Amino acid sequence: MNGDHPASRKARPVQIAFLTDIHSNREALTAVLAHARARGAQRFVLLGDYVGYGPDPEWTIETIAGLVAEGAIAIRGNHDEAAVGGVNGMNSNAAQAIDWTSRQLSKASLDFLSKLPLSVIDDDRLYVHADASAPHRWLYVVDGEAARHSLEAAETRLVFSGHVHVPAIYGLSNIGKLTPFRPQPGIAIPLLAQRRWLALIGSVGQPRDGDPAAGYALYNDYSAEIVFHRVPYDVETTAQKIRAAGLPAGLASRLFAGH
Amino acid sequence: MAAPRISPGSVIDGFTVDSQVHRGGMATIWAVKKPGIDTPLIMKVPRLAEGEDPATIVGFEMEQMILPRLSGPHVPKFVAAGDFRTLPYIVMEWIEGKSLHTRLPDLPLPPAEVADIGARVATALDALHRQQVVHLDVKPSNVMVRPSGEMALIDFGLSHHLLLPDLLDEEFRLPYGTAPYMAPEQVLGQRSEPRSDLFALGSLMYFFVTGTRPFGDPQTLKGLKKRLWRDPPPPRKLRPECPPWLQEIILRCLEVDPAQRHPTAAQLALDLRTPGQVSLTARSERMTQDGFIAAFKRRMDLDHILVIDKGPAPGDAPIIMAAVDFNTLGDAAAEAMRATIRQLMIAMPRARLACVNVLKLRRIGIDSTLDDEGEHKHLQRLIELRHWARPLELPDGSVTFHVLEATSPADAILDYARANHIDHIVMGARERSAMRSLLGSVSGEVAAEAPCTVTVVRVRAEDGAAP
Repeated sequence: MNGDHPASRKARPVQIAFLTDIHSNREALTAVLAHARARGAQRFVLLGDYVGYGPDPEWTIETIAGLVAEGAIAIRGNHDEAAVGGVNGMNSNAAQAIDWTSRQLSKASLDFLSKLPLSVIDDDRLYVHADASAPHRWLYVVDGEAARHSLEAAETRLVFSGHVHVPAIYGLSNIGKLTPFRPQPGIAIPLLAQRRWLALIGSVGQPRDGDPAAGYALYNDYSAEIVFHRVPYDVETTAQKIRAAGLPAGLASRLFAGH
Repeated sequence: MAAPRISPGSVIDGFTVDSQVHRGGMATIWAVKKPGIDTPLIMKVPRLAEGEDPATIVGFEMEQMILPRLSGPHVPKFVAAGDFRTLPYIVMEWIEGKSLHTRLPDLPLPPAEVADIGARVATALDALHRQQVVHLDVKPSNVMVRPSGEMALIDFGLSHHLLLPDLLDEEFRLPYGTAPYMAPEQVLGQRSEPRSDLFALGSLMYFFVTGTRPFGDPQTLKGLKKRLWRDPPPPRKLRPECPPWLQEIILRCLEVDPAQRHPTAAQLALDLRTPGQVSLTARSERMTQDGFIAAFKRRMDLDHILVIDKGPAPGDAPIIMAAVDFNTLGDAAAEAMRATIRQLMIAMPRARLACVNVLKLRRIGIDSTLDDEGEHKHLQRLIELRHWARPLELPDGSVTFHVLEATSPADAILDYARANHIDHIVMGARERSAMRSLLGSVSGEVAAEAPCTVTVVRVRAEDGAAP
């Protein structure tokens, strides 16, 4: 077969763990990293929003920076940008948390955040926090039309994003038909080679789909299969820290319900 | 890109192409061989020429996605798939045997044979549905009869995996299926209802027992939609030999509202295998179609006919087996077992209960059941089983009674559970006794070997009683 065949294109499969919207949630990130490593994750791709909302920004950035030093790719999210450059267009809870976050972060962490790219192309994949057609505008990809817009703006076959805190997949066929899909945890979904796909990875630190467990996804770059996972973590501890830090109480209570 | 030409002798990814075995509208099928694989194989290659129906391509993608995720004797074993960008193909087991299509010249078939075929297809569908796949194109040519008698379903090009993206759903506005067999909800574009396959099987059984297709072979959407409001002539009108119980089952499969059909393929298979216990309704006696006015009213009010609920997970409508042993069952134990079953049936109103008793045969003189005494015993046990279940107050149609004759009660219970796809066995514990410690218990053996959940019911010991 010619060089396009996956068997000749990839010497061996690589398991890539996609994490996004961690939001200073140390307990959730710790649980997800352990879960991903136990399942053979060899590379980490972090799709933004490491800080904001949660109580452990400095620890979280140090951890992310550590992963990047070991070869992970990290993309910038809107909360990361706000922590460095100031609040712009956020709701009051988010803005309050960002003010607090900026005061907690070390010079080195702020410096790390300020240097993150808005998007990265890696093989046949684009990594971007929000809508790929205008990464700096932080638009939410919440429906088929938005997904189509994002996919059409990208040049790669696959797009991986975060920002919406709800896992979803959209497939786009070569005749322009869009298939939306809500992935079930633990089920391998093939991102079939003859069409294009947008994968929205659910949030590690503040899920909003009614399931409080931390979300992330593992992608196998040989079989082109993606598995969304949910990992339970110690929500009580995170919530206590949020209250103890004097952050808005709603940021603690929503973690229990996953909304 | 243009697909490379395939001809006898070509080698594709290690598979040597032998001869063409089929050339259909959607795909060509070749016999292939590969060193190290002894079983006969076929390679299915889609026809991707210019101007082909795009559904052909999407159907092939679906089959490439679904087939590797399936296992068991009721589907062809998946071997390999080719990369779509170079040469799309699927290599799978070549199933020995013939499809049900080869029986068409023999129609109509005797009712008992139709029920037997229907039960075996339903068992295959149950295995498929438990793997989260709805076939959506059940028809004679897609059912292969293995030499073992087991049915294997083929061609998953229109199928839907309930946990994977459905590429056909968004792709095309026309309903996809095969006109004579397509369920009403499928005609309306619903693709996630496992009971659509029961409708198709009902059409197949109707065809096989009467020699006539219940809805003809309409070629337009309007013609397809007629099945939403126009009921077919009852099978007994066309074929008086069709017994009422078989008409009951077939017409239940052909109900327009999926909720009125059997909840699962396993429950349908159970009905087809126990004709004497099918709960007969007005369906079984019907000899004419509904009148013009009734049908016309339905036609004018289609929105109210079809309220599609979400397809039940097979777990919502399990078959529960109560293995009742009268020798060890005191009053308290009998009530404890009923209490457990009552809880299960309340939690899952669509469950079926199969009450089973094993009539133990002596190892010698096996034919004793043929004599009057044996027959009397069998009947007496059935009466006792019904009496035992009476306090459960279960509606007709949700409970059946079976007396099995065997030398080993545990083996009989296990065989029954496997053959009928039982989801949950409830049985009593044997009283504490020297016998149990010497011989082991039936419940212990069943719990260790069962293909499903086993609940062993024991009356709580009094405090201070011997352990």
